[in-house]
Amino acid sequence: MTSVLTLDGNEAVARIAYLGSEVIAIYPITPASSMGEWADEWAAQGRPNLWGAVPTIIEMQSEGGAAGTLHGALTSGALATSFTASQGLLLMIPNLYKIAGELTPMVLHVAARAIATHALSIFGDHSDVMACRATGCALLASNSPQEAQDFAVIAQAATLAGRIPLIHFFDGFRTSHEVAKIDALDTDTVGAMLDAACIAEHRARALSPEHPVLRGTSQNPDVFFQSRERANPFYDAFPQGVQAAMDRFAALTGRAYHLFDYVGAADAERVIVLMGSGAETVHETVEHLVARGEKVGVVKVRLYRPFAADALLAALPATTQAVAVLDRCKEPGADGEPLYKDVVTALAQAAADGVRAMPRVSGGRYGLASKEFTPGMVKAVFDELAGGARRQFTVGIHDDLTHLSLPWDAGFRTDASKQLQHAVFWGLGSDGTVSANKNSIKILGEATALQAQGYFVYDSKKSGAVTVSHLRFGPAPIRSAYLVEPGMAGFVACHQPMFVDRYAQLLEHAAPDGVFLLNTPAGPDAVWATLPAALQEEILAKRLQLWVIDAYAVAAEAGMGRRINTIMQTCFFAISGVLPKDAAIAAIKEAVDKTYGRKSRRLVELNYKAIDLTLAALHHVSPLPHAVEVERGATPSPAQGEGIPDFVRDITLPIYFGHGDALPVSAMPVDGTWPLGTAQYEKRNIALEIPVWDEDLCTQCGKCVLVCPHSAVRSRLFDAAAAASAPPTFKHVPVRAKDYPPGTHISYQVAPEDCTGCGDCVEACPIHDKSNVSRRAINMAPIGPLREQERTNFEFFLGLPEFDRGAIKHTTIPSAMLLDPLFEFSGACAGCGETPYIRLATQLFGDRMLIANATGCSSIYGGNLPSTPYTVNAAGRGPAWSNSLFEDNAEFGLGMRLAADQLMEQARHLVRELAGELGGDLAAALVEADQRNEAGIVAQRGRVATLRAKLAASKHPRAAELDSLAEWLIRRSVWIIGGDGWAYDIGFGGLDHVLALPYDVNILVLDTEVYSNTGGQTSKATPIGAVAKFSAGGKAMAKKDLAKLASGYDHAYVASVAYGAKDVHTLRVFHEAESYPGPSLIVAYSPCIAHGYDMLYNLRQQDLAVKSGHWPLFRSDPRIAEAGGNPFRLDSTAPTQPIQAFMESETRFAMLQRSHPEAAARFLAQAQADAERRYQAYKDMAQGRPDEPSSGA
Amino acid sequence: MIDLSTDYLGLRLKNPLVPSASPLTRDLDSALRLEDAGAAAVVMYSLFEEELRAEDAMLDRFVINPELGFGEADGFLPRDVEMSGGLERYLTQLDRLKQRLEIPVVASLNGVTPSGWVELGRELERGGADALELNVYHVAADAGISGAAVEARYLELLTELRRVVSLPIVMKLSPYFSSLPDFVRQIEEAGAQGVALFNRFYQPDIDLDCLRMVDALRLSRPDEALLRIRWMAILHGRTRLTLAATGGVHSESEALKLLLAGADVVHLASCLLQHGPEKLTEILAFMQNWMEEKEYESIAQLKGSMSQQHLPDPSLVARASYLRVLDSFTPRPGVWS
Repeated sequence: MTSVLTLDGNEAVARIAYLGSEVIAIYPITPASSMGEWADEWAAQGRPNLWGAVPTIIEMQSEGGAAGTLHGALTSGALATSFTASQGLLLMIPNLYKIAGELTPMVLHVAARAIATHALSIFGDHSDVMACRATGCALLASNSPQEAQDFAVIAQAATLAGRIPLIHFFDGFRTSHEVAKIDALDTDTVGAMLDAACIAEHRARALSPEHPVLRGTSQNPDVFFQSRERANPFYDAFPQGVQAAMDRFAALTGRAYHLFDYVGAADAERVIVLMGSGAETVHETVEHLVARGEKVGVVKVRLYRPFAADALLAALPATTQAVAVLDRCKEPGADGEPLYKDVVTALAQAAADGVRAMPRVSGGRYGLASKEFTPGMVKAVFDELAGGARRQFTVGIHDDLTHLSLPWDAGFRTDASKQLQHAVFWGLGSDGTVSANKNSIKILGEATALQAQGYFVYDSKKSGAVTVSHLRFGPAPIRSAYLVEPGMAGFVACHQPMFVDRYAQLLEHAAPDGVFLLNTPAGPDAVWATLPAALQEEILAKRLQLWVIDAYAVAAEAGMGRRINTIMQTCFFAISGVLPKDAAIAAIKEAVDKTYGRKSRRLVELNYKAIDLTLAALHHVSPLPHAVEVERGATPSPAQGEGIPDFVRDITLPIYFGHGDALPVSAMPVDGTWPLGTAQYEKRNIALEIPVWDEDLCTQCGKCVLVCPHSAVRSRLFDAAAAASAPPTFKHVPVRAKDYPPGTHISYQVAPEDCTGCGDCVEACPIHDKSNVSRRAINMAPIGPLREQERTNFEFFLGLPEFDRGAIKHTTIPSAMLLDPLFEFSGACAGCGETPYIRLATQLFGDRMLIANATGCSSIYGGNLPSTPYTVNAAGRGPAWSNSLFEDNAEFGLGMRLAADQLMEQARHLVRELAGELGGDLAAALVEADQRNEAGIVAQRGRVATLRAKLAASKHPRAAELDSLAEWLIRRSVWIIGGDGWAYDIGFGGLDHVLALPYDVNILVLDTEVYSNTGGQTSKATPIGAVAKFSAGGKAMAKKDLAKLASGYDHAYVASVAYGAKDVHTLRVFHEAESYPGPSLIVAYSPCIAHGYDMLYNLRQQDLAVKSGHWPLFRSDPRIAEAGGNPFRLDSTAPTQPIQAFMESETRFAMLQRSHPEAAARFLAQAQADAERRYQAYKDMAQGRPDEPSSGA
Repeated sequence: MIDLSTDYLGLRLKNPLVPSASPLTRDLDSALRLEDAGAAAVVMYSLFEEELRAEDAMLDRFVINPELGFGEADGFLPRDVEMSGGLERYLTQLDRLKQRLEIPVVASLNGVTPSGWVELGRELERGGADALELNVYHVAADAGISGAAVEARYLELLTELRRVVSLPIVMKLSPYFSSLPDFVRQIEEAGAQGVALFNRFYQPDIDLDCLRMVDALRLSRPDEALLRIRWMAILHGRTRLTLAATGGVHSESEALKLLLAGADVVHLASCLLQHGPEKLTEILAFMQNWMEEKEYESIAQLKGSMSQQHLPDPSLVARASYLRVLDSFTPRPGVWS
């Protein structure tokens, strides 16, 4: 029996893997994470596997750890699995060799993803699985969510029978995240696929003291080789075993698969061979071409390893004259990619044996990192085969450099595509467009006989992200593993009014005579005049029906706040005609019941009300005006015009506007190196309200600047005369501090188009209007009337000359905040609790920072294209930043330190050698300079400039060498930055090692207490009682005390900070850590939206975290110990609030009350006891040596 | 043997002491202690409309519809965790109390808008509540809304609930009505079975350090009973509604005075929170002693015996001679000079 389910590839796989497993070892990595999340949630619900037990789900500290656990579980008799991708799979490779070498049945499910090379990419290709070819694991590819489910069980059946461990892979995102309607396997079918005898044999081979054996010997040259060959029969037999499992599956379900599946003309002359989701696109295109008499076909590779050449040859029509083998990966320097070479070998051997003639074989690369692969591209490959194809080509890009790419017809459409209904939805990540569409697909999938498919494209910002949903519906199976094509969507919806100005390609997907639904506050009579001329032209040219709704007004009326997903979904069903309207409305209500029914009946009622109100508020604009008419004022748009660097104009902004696909190969930097300071050109305009400075109330404390997560609030000093030419609304007042010359003015200025509107600056403001306490010295106001004026003011502000940094005190918040940030306008979430720490470091040390950044949120908002938030000062100096991996960041940063030290030493050596020529004083000063503070560094820069001037005139044979090394004479401040996932878990070994060494590095751990970037999975920093992914039942163990562990190293500076609780403490710690000439560790409390509260309250929660004892503040400075004192200072008081006050105000804790109330109560009590014990322990440490000096560091 | 029984919303109670809505009913053990201590019925802790709304909003925003719109994650918290809503938890507790307690259990709704409450009332009835207390906790702060409109809102809510549930309904009111007897009459006409007088608004306080409004929870004081005594005395005999006195009962003396004035039942909360459920036993015992001393045979006998209708000078209640009260207050030397 099968039932129909609408789900994505990951969930489809997880269902099967869960049923067939006893131990599941997991670790988060995009795009595989959700498989582990499902497993964890089901286990928390007590859902049984096939054998009636709840599998053990265990999150490890890395994929390497997960693989080790897997190996141990397998060799001890359990059925065990894991889910991973990309770098995670690479970390598993050593164990994969072991598991395979020991002939241990296992399935590892991989959402195949690119491997980081010149850049990281979270998107799909086969680089990762191809790196596992030599492990001895079998490789089985599935091409769609349906196949991913089916192959999950076929894989397990095959591995149990054949003992070869198997990597089951499918394309990351394209399959893992595609929502589709599938025939779901039931428990009985899964059970029938797994042979009990094979399972019993697996158990019989398990390590057991009852019949002990030894496995994992060390072997010498005499027998190792023979032992490796001993496994050959298993590999020889394995393909037949997989086919047997496929045949058994076909008998049970009717869905037949083969090692290689051929589709196309029986007498095909041109054939494409490939694996993964692209094969479905080729399948669709082949059917189209064959219907037109073309002799073409496709071989879908299912089992790639062991490679069954005979089965491939049998699948390939004898008439084949030209073959294109497409690989979704790149092996630089090779004369072809892996699948290509395997196919060539198979064909060549067959030809040599006289079995068949050798066709011409070409190798093509396509689809790297989820690059689109469309029928037009498939057709281009077939066309290439028709005319003496080149040996190597690429398709899907424009290669104007090495000219490998094939041109393709972007307008080519298949019959299958034309028979489908397509819909495209533009929305914001925050407006619920994606969830509404997933819901719509479920409704259509489950309420009708229609096939349905949904795929969702996101930009890489965490605040104000844009989403484009691509939906397809139709009676036949949908094989289109590509986005909705231009001109094909009968329905296009724009859920955000401002997109009409921002995205010229908004209606690109719209089909002639289609429907355009726009959410806009302008009513049906007024909307036309609000549309840009080009959009009006496109509407008229395509004869689109224009429908409008003011969804935000409806949401407000229905009591739904600003959530418009149900409203826009109702509009879609009301006017798209995919379902009869009444049936559709009933189905939406049923879906609402399913979503909210168990959790809140009130929300059900609110949604019902919204649905009912929507229909009355939806208007057809008819008739449309006949002509284009635009009478609008200027609309905001990203920076344009003069002063924009060529690179930004030619590369950054086209990517930002969604035209990155059109950039040619030659436009790309050769080695992944990108310029700084490009985030300032985006001008995303996502805030509805921005802060406005009240210069009369303000006491110039600088807190608003300190807390701003996007560096959108700035303060600067300048001579009043410099403001003579200021715009009329530019605000500035005399600075209050007495440290500056008379006539010095200060301004607090907002970057209106870069602000995200989080409001943290207002929350931070300690000033209240005496007559109206709700008014602060900075207040939020609607951006509409302020945008132009403040844009001008901000430009003027930036043009003011930078005040002498040497004249500014760096040790108080008001003055330190006068230092320009060299990190601005990142893509971090509104209200992010991490970015203020990074910005602070760049304000203090930015011009000399080398940053090693662990993969995670901070590497994404710090370095995800299109733009770069790290920037430079007026002298062109700024943080030099790089991201190596997730797991190696401490080591990566240490390498930076070693290079800086070594090259400085080399330069010093040369300075000494050239001392006679340079002058003894200069040489001595260069070598001996004290550069612990900024003044010292500035002085050394001056010396280096003098040095270079002298070297330029020098004839010394080593002058040029010293010149090239001269800049290394300036001390570099090495920062190692990352999140808790890195520092507590995957990178802890390296971090611990670097702390154990004497080198001068500053380690900043942005502790959000959860894996934020991959979506909130538990880390060892997650507190007891918190619900997180992988801890659906609440985390049962206390948070690891990283700072305390580190303070075990007497020579390391260690501190725990929370800027929202005690900002001056944070500032002091940054100075102390940076100036300490050894390893420093700052563990920084970083509120995150993952904690489940409005980030407006970020600061309040930091304060509560400290006051409740959850996050004590302290410093341990070895310099004090050297002076004979107690290095450990406890900087927060005894808890004044119960831990409950902290925990009940965050959803991550509060939701456990609703799901597991008894556990919640137990964890709360434990957390309270932990907080008290922790405080006492710190207090004891602080009081450990009564002889400490009173002044501190 | 003195007959302590009384009628409350059509229910026959063994005595007039009924713990009002408080955290004591959140926990089955303390509820059992209340019963053991002699409580004749219990009013469950209030189901606050705002609390449900806030919980729903939190759940909607961070769990059901997190809406990150970021490629690597569509949410930060597990999606598929089985969670009970606030109402569901309330119903579970109601069920637990009904299973274990033998005394009547009154459910208490605290809210001001019709949205959602109708369904809620139905659920509570289905859940086995013996009666429904509707605590209309509303600060009429809108200058554009007349007193009549405020009253109309209350009545609308009551009418709507009355339409769908057959349970006895008691309205818990604030003292801030221009003409309480008239409003009580309207409540009676709208189908309620009782009124509880009066709810106590928790007053916000100002934190002088951070200049913020903070919630202040202060327990009642015995002198707050005086206001209740007056209104029990005025209303007794003028309405068929059950009269429940609530607020300021800390000992047998307030309880007895309220009964003498005309209350059918007397609610207690602050004194039980302060001294534990067993305080009720003590109050009941002292009441009995007093009645024995005064030779009362039953609560029915003393109930309302000092209501306005039965007083020689009714104006004493209706217009307490404040002049006399003020005159009797002699300032301590030094205060005014």
